[in-house]
Amino acid sequence: MAAPMLRWCCPGRRFAFARVGCGSCHRRGPPTGSTSNGKRGQSTVAQQPHITAQKPRKGEREWAAVVGLEIHAQIASNSKLFSGSQVHFAAPPNSLVSFFDASLPGTLPVLNRRCVEAAVMTGLALDCHINRKSLFDRKHYFYADLPAGYQITQQRLPIAVNGSLAYSVSVGRKPSQMVTRTVRVKQIQLEQDSGKSLHDDLRSQTLIDLNRAGIGLLEVVLEPDMSCGEEAATAVRELQLILQALGTSQANMADYEIQRQINELENGGEILNETRSFDYKLGCTVPMRDKEGKQDYRFMPEPNLPPLLLYDSGSLPPGADPQQVIDIDRLRERLPELPRVTRERLVRQYGMLPEHSCALLNEVGLLEFFQSVIKETRAEPKKVTSWVLNTFLGFLKQQNLAVSESPVTPSALAELLDLLDRKAISSSAAKQVFEELWRNEGKTPAQIVAEKKLELLQDLEALEQLCRSTLEAHPHVVMDLKRGNPRAINKLIGLVRKATLGRADPTAIKEVLERQLSS
Amino acid sequence: MVKDGCAHVKPAAATDLSVFLLVTWSLWWQTGHEDHVGPDPPRSESNCLLRVQEVSVALKQGQVTPTELCQRCLSLIKKTKFLNAYITVSEEVALKQAEEAEKRYKKGHSLGDLDGIPIAVKDNFSTSGIETTCASNMLKGYVPPYNATVVQKLLDQGALLMGKTNLDEFAMGSGSTDGIFGPVKNPWSYSKQYREKRKQNSHSENEDSNWLITGGSSGGSAAAVSAFTCFAALGSDTGGSTRNPAAHCGVVGLKPSYGLVSRHGLIPLVNSMDVPGILTRCVDDAATVLGILAGHDPKDSTTIQDPVKPFTLPSLTDVSKLCIGIPKEYLTPELSSEVHSLWSKAANLFESEGAKVIEVSLPHTSYSIVCYHVLCTSEVASNMARFDGLEYGHRCDSSVSTEAMYAATRREGFNDVVRGRILSGNFFLLKENYENYFVKAQKVRRLIANDFVNVFNSGVDVLLTPTTLSEAVPYTEFIKEDNRTRSAQDDIFTQAVNMAGLPAVSVPMALSTQGLPIGLQFIGRAFCDQQLLTVAKWFEKQVQFPVIQLQELMDDCSSVFENEKLASVSLK
Repeated sequence: MAAPMLRWCCPGRRFAFARVGCGSCHRRGPPTGSTSNGKRGQSTVAQQPHITAQKPRKGEREWAAVVGLEIHAQIASNSKLFSGSQVHFAAPPNSLVSFFDASLPGTLPVLNRRCVEAAVMTGLALDCHINRKSLFDRKHYFYADLPAGYQITQQRLPIAVNGSLAYSVSVGRKPSQMVTRTVRVKQIQLEQDSGKSLHDDLRSQTLIDLNRAGIGLLEVVLEPDMSCGEEAATAVRELQLILQALGTSQANMADYEIQRQINELENGGEILNETRSFDYKLGCTVPMRDKEGKQDYRFMPEPNLPPLLLYDSGSLPPGADPQQVIDIDRLRERLPELPRVTRERLVRQYGMLPEHSCALLNEVGLLEFFQSVIKETRAEPKKVTSWVLNTFLGFLKQQNLAVSESPVTPSALAELLDLLDRKAISSSAAKQVFEELWRNEGKTPAQIVAEKKLELLQDLEALEQLCRSTLEAHPHVVMDLKRGNPRAINKLIGLVRKATLGRADPTAIKEVLERQLSS
Repeated sequence: MVKDGCAHVKPAAATDLSVFLLVTWSLWWQTGHEDHVGPDPPRSESNCLLRVQEVSVALKQGQVTPTELCQRCLSLIKKTKFLNAYITVSEEVALKQAEEAEKRYKKGHSLGDLDGIPIAVKDNFSTSGIETTCASNMLKGYVPPYNATVVQKLLDQGALLMGKTNLDEFAMGSGSTDGIFGPVKNPWSYSKQYREKRKQNSHSENEDSNWLITGGSSGGSAAAVSAFTCFAALGSDTGGSTRNPAAHCGVVGLKPSYGLVSRHGLIPLVNSMDVPGILTRCVDDAATVLGILAGHDPKDSTTIQDPVKPFTLPSLTDVSKLCIGIPKEYLTPELSSEVHSLWSKAANLFESEGAKVIEVSLPHTSYSIVCYHVLCTSEVASNMARFDGLEYGHRCDSSVSTEAMYAATRREGFNDVVRGRILSGNFFLLKENYENYFVKAQKVRRLIANDFVNVFNSGVDVLLTPTTLSEAVPYTEFIKEDNRTRSAQDDIFTQAVNMAGLPAVSVPMALSTQGLPIGLQFIGRAFCDQQLLTVAKWFEKQVQFPVIQLQELMDDCSSVFENEKLASVSLK
């Protein structure tokens, strides 16, 4: 089995604010609001139902943000969490709906093994305690895209608890000044996604698409250990990397949300504990549905699912059918290299800067691309890093493409860097070749070099001839040089290069010129 | 997990009190209530095919064809339409199935013991292509696109689906009186046995207004089996809904162990207590049907993983190794003296045949009703949340807002009983009430379940109890109390079994002085259904419960169950 592939899904957020006295608003206040209200309280952080500004005078106080997060990551499984329906993107509406997903009476949930494995592996990667026994609960609310009238989740006893997530943030001006921070992972729970409601205001009707209904989600609850949107975004990004995301996430929404809550509090408003979703068009978060402020979810154990029991090599019942049980230790063995380890390895192995290792991991597929190039080229790792992070990534960004959509293959880049490495072409020619590669898929770098006559002049006699004629044609520059202007040599080099149509290595030209001038 | 050792009998000492009670019972036995025992059953329809096993043999020997059988049952269904046992009669489906069964028999390879045999299914089991209403406006017109696993298993055996039987709305009730299609009438209201007694007791001849209820909520299934319109029927049992009507209609009602039979496709009342029930005219038939239905279903995660082998019940000749427990808490003041005396008689019967009969205690029994009420309504509130008018079922006309649509749909779709339970259930599940009600009720449920565990650990093999407080009462009498009161009263002996997930079976024992059936209940160890049925079969053989005489009903039906061809077939 491959590592669980987790597709990104819109994160829910929890915020609490701690009022602090005068002083830095970047320091975290005491961890208020992290108490859960009673056994049945919704297991989220920042649990204060609402926080009211007591003296609603603008700017009188400074507020320190305490950010906790509830992140919902969609599990990339072939079928849904409790039904056999396929999981696909962009399928026609309501084409991936089983009888269970539509909550036809009499249907029962059947737990998807793969989703459990994904949750366990995530738990292990986040240093969580994996509960050998976890339970499923029903969370009730009426909503058009929730056909059963309840969501099956893990409220009382989730599959994994008490983990941590380390992430690096840059402090100060230089990007290389990185500090490692840690946010506690309160829990990871398995739950169902809901369907989608599409509101047709024109005809004042709501259309329901249940394709998404019942897809497995991992809800990762982060304690309010973060103090700003940037930290939260970095933590989410790190989590995203750990989950080996297939898509991307716009975790920056947190900044907007903090500002909104500060404004709200300063205006004397109340911050309701609510789930907000980020509206990309409006550029702001909007309330999703009124969560527990007024709602009582009337949690109840899900009676159709027995407790989920997990085993380790020590507790595995003898003769157990491997299809029926999940062995945590076996999953642990199959854990892939985690991003933090990968980054450390890159720094160690290739001598690259920490921020470069971060950059390589931050783009999906970029690290794999880099490693493929490294494998096939004789060029120095530093050179490869620079080409991949500057030239290659630059082209991708400019055209807003994913690594997988790149017209240049790792082999092509490797070949190009080889040409550069053995000085067959100049670096400016290499840039030109790269541009060609980007435009003309299918041609090899060697073909492009040959077609465009970009190879460096290897005929030393010819070069000497060209240098000599250049010196003869520009006596005033030579005079200038001899009078002591060191920049004049560059002009001469430029003139020779022009004469060679850019095919000569400037270093070689300089060598020849200097020899001829001194003779 | 199927436990070993179900058949082992462990000795246990009787308490002083039990000795006293036994003496009392002995006295009753000796003074005799001959009415109850009766002479050999007056099997006037001596050439009737009453049992699955009998009809199966007749089908195999070609003495009757599936189509003939099907048509007879269909005509009986029409004759007994006034019983209101069926909500939907699936005539076309049944005839087509019969035709196919007939082909198979001609080729000499039937699918199994039920091939070509008419069955009925309670209308809360999903049946593909056949309307499934739960006797509720909410699901009127709802045609499921799939078969419940138990229905599919019966069809795979070649059984003929005659139709969907009546019930209380969403199986909430104990009378089969509270569905939108009206109450089910007990076939015994029209039996010779009951009518004669009534004449003797010189009641007014206003018969039709004095018809009896079937009990419920699987009253339609019980009536269907009792009135010979099918050979077996599926009921559901959450608090006694199969056993209660079985007792009132003089048929066998089996509630299997929780987890032995798949609930997939059964429209739930209380998921943690619901079990598909089996109603038949004899214990062997119940065992046959159970053998077909039992086993793991990948679509129901609460079914046992262990494979279940088909079984035939042995004929017990010696009960001397058996230990029968008599729970003292079941001797309630509300218990009618007739049921009480029959219960005693049954205990004495076991004892006289050498079984050890001891009094046992299930100390938490009295908390059972209130505990059940909390757990049942809570799950009901949850399970009923899906009926919002969006995906299926009734939807109101209002289109003011989604919320207004929900409210109107649910008000129009559910009756008072269902709405009342939803309301209380939601109350119990509120954050501030959850610990005090739901959690507490769960704890009490555990205690009730442990009561049974303790009793069975002490060496008792099977518990013997009444099924109902009394025989069936007239409808006019029954509706004097509301559904909640009735359910609480009527489930008293049956519903603790559901809390503990145990198997239990109601076996008709004798007729009351009024000429109405009275059943007793046997409760077995979890997953020892076979052992339970073996004991029930022995008991059935001893008591020789009489066959219902529906002569007047049947007469114009041109000897529905008598066939010239069968004259030579000797039937037990």
